[in-house]
Amino acid sequence: MTDFIDKAGFGLKARHRAEKRFQWTGRLAILISLAFLAWMVVTIMIGASGAVRLVQIAVPVDLSVENVDPDDIAGAGYGAIIKQGLRAQFPEVSKRAEKKRLYNLVSPEGSFELERQVLSDPTLLGGTPLVWVTASDDLSLYVRGKINTDLPEDQRQISDQEIAWVDQIQDQGRIRNVANWGFLTNGDSREPEIAGILAAFVGSALSLSVCFLLSFPVGIAAATYLEEFAPANRVSDVIEVNINNLAAVPSIVFGLLGLSIFLGYFGLPRSSPLVGGMVLSLMTLPTIIIASRASLKSVPPSIKEAALAIGATPVQAVFHHVFPVALPGMMTGAIVGMARALGDTAPLLMIGMVAFIVDVPRSILEPATALPVQIFLWADSPERAFSEKTSAAIIVLLVFLVAMNMVAILLRRKLEQRF
Amino acid sequence: MNDPFIMARSVNVFYGDKQALFDVDLDIEEKRVTALIGPSGCGKSTFLRAINRMNDLIPICRFAGSLKISGHEIYDPDVDVVALRAQVGMVFQKPNPFPKSIFENVAYGLKIHKMTSSKTELADRVEWSLKSAGLWDEIADRLDEPGNSLSGGQQQRLCIARTIAVEPKVILMDEPCSALDPIATAVVEDLIDGLRKDFTIVIVTHSMQQAARISQRTAFFHLGNLVEVGDTKTVFTNPQEERTQNYITGRIG
Ligand SMILES: Nc1ncnc2c1ncn2[C@@H]1O[C@H](COP(=O)(O)OP(=O)(O)OP(=O)(O)O)[C@@H](O)[C@H]1O
Ligand SMILES: [Mg+2]
Repeated sequence: MTDFIDKAGFGLKARHRAEKRFQWTGRLAILISLAFLAWMVVTIMIGASGAVRLVQIAVPVDLSVENVDPDDIAGAGYGAIIKQGLRAQFPEVSKRAEKKRLYNLVSPEGSFELERQVLSDPTLLGGTPLVWVTASDDLSLYVRGKINTDLPEDQRQISDQEIAWVDQIQDQGRIRNVANWGFLTNGDSREPEIAGILAAFVGSALSLSVCFLLSFPVGIAAATYLEEFAPANRVSDVIEVNINNLAAVPSIVFGLLGLSIFLGYFGLPRSSPLVGGMVLSLMTLPTIIIASRASLKSVPPSIKEAALAIGATPVQAVFHHVFPVALPGMMTGAIVGMARALGDTAPLLMIGMVAFIVDVPRSILEPATALPVQIFLWADSPERAFSEKTSAAIIVLLVFLVAMNMVAILLRRKLEQRF
Repeated sequence: MNDPFIMARSVNVFYGDKQALFDVDLDIEEKRVTALIGPSGCGKSTFLRAINRMNDLIPICRFAGSLKISGHEIYDPDVDVVALRAQVGMVFQKPNPFPKSIFENVAYGLKIHKMTSSKTELADRVEWSLKSAGLWDEIADRLDEPGNSLSGGQQQRLCIARTIAVEPKVILMDEPCSALDPIATAVVEDLIDGLRKDFTIVIVTHSMQQAARISQRTAFFHLGNLVEVGDTKTVFTNPQEERTQNYITGRIG
């Protein structure tokens, strides 16, 4: 009798080899994707490291009565006070052009910062305190070593003279790095050192809320009707094919549609999160409908039959029994659609959400921009200091995405626990 | 003589072009168990599902003929199938509890038909139903657990409890024991025998022994035709038709 578990039989060796091969291919594929992911994250982190720090410079400011009237603190010329303080440090500077460069060491925002500090602490008045204000972007880049000083003077943003000034100030310990919270709490700005992401973040959040509120109910209602109630005939076939086609339409086309219908025909406010959300919901609807239908289809029909057999109406059978089982799957579909909407720029460009927005939008009718658009704008900017912001903005976008997914997963857990 | 409780006359059922039942005339008596037997594909389930119009759910399925329950023609255009199904319950081959708690499974029918007016009444009805289905003692302390967590036999009794909770006149059962082991089968068979006092039961089964044990009347189907119907004892001991004889002795099917 031959060995019962003879290895040579049934071509087993080759089959096991094939199995091993497949497993290793799979592992390799996962490894490669992980490597790319890690690479991406590290690059972004390194890129963002500049944007999370803010360089400040201490300027001695003369707040005597001649400069600031204690009865009219807000009326003083703080820009001039800072300039005066800078001049006092370098009395040898006299030429107009040189003075201008000296003043440029401090960000234009500096005068407002000084004003705010004086308003919040009037005891400063009368003396000549050292006050920390935001440094200009060129100074920041230099201090962080981002400017190659080996280059000839006319090829870099900062001249030899300025370098001499900065080095001298730095030797006095009057330059420091602080955490740049302003990045999270400011809107966009012409000045990279004070430009922030909040306006774009709020714009995205508002647009996505509008998008979700429109596309989720409409999407699952359409999916439920098509899957559970619509008669199977030519019309529903045509609808099905068209929904599948819509899901594949490039998003910029929906932007054009939004431009001509929402803005052109209905005259809704341009650049507003309302229109942005409506355009994005056009884009996410097909995705949500397709995912929801698949989810409904996967519910065993025996559950619906059981409900009908004890005298539930078809609507009751669907909403009491099929729907709750399918809901988590529908939410997954919605999140996939929303994630796409969050990252999409093209349709928003079409409806004007690409404007330069400084103020944080307070309603869905005010002009706004969105995170991916802001990233696009900054990445496109010729100023070095802006491109540093790009990475930081991408991190904010990713955190937004992860947070959204987390909420969805938590909601799913909660729903699924009910059997 | 009174009309039988369920009276089928010239029932023809088609799936698209294919005819599944041919001129079936069948009387089903009240508060008795009637077994439908016959080889696979002979149309037992089709006939059973015609009685509560579950066939309506199959778009290609068409019914012709007359089917009266308690004198009412159930295929009249003005009949509300929802009301019909509340009166004619159904237990399926594979246990299919709702993905909800045991309590909710039984309470669901009562709730949608608004058959109880208070929480305690609802709880009482649920308890009564579970007791009637012989399940109460096993699960009295786990009413909040999901129906799917029960064993197969318990799930099937839960489905029976769910059906009788709304007090239908008729209970249709399509091979209710085919997914159960012999012990669970015996339990369900006892249960069916007990339910006969209150309900008219029509049961499809592949087990001749089961038909003999629990039914008072037996109908034998073959290739879409009703071949023979009569007292279970007569059908099994002294069949009138040769095809019946061949089937119960295992020569066809
Ligand atoms: N949904 C359907 N669509 C098309 N034909 C069907 C459908 N359901 C049943 N049939 C056909 O109708 C005939 C009768 O089927 P039915 O299910 O009533 O048989 P059955 O006696 O219950 O068989 P079984 O004992 O295997 O359950 C079979 O030929 C079957 O192929
Ligand atoms: Mg069958």
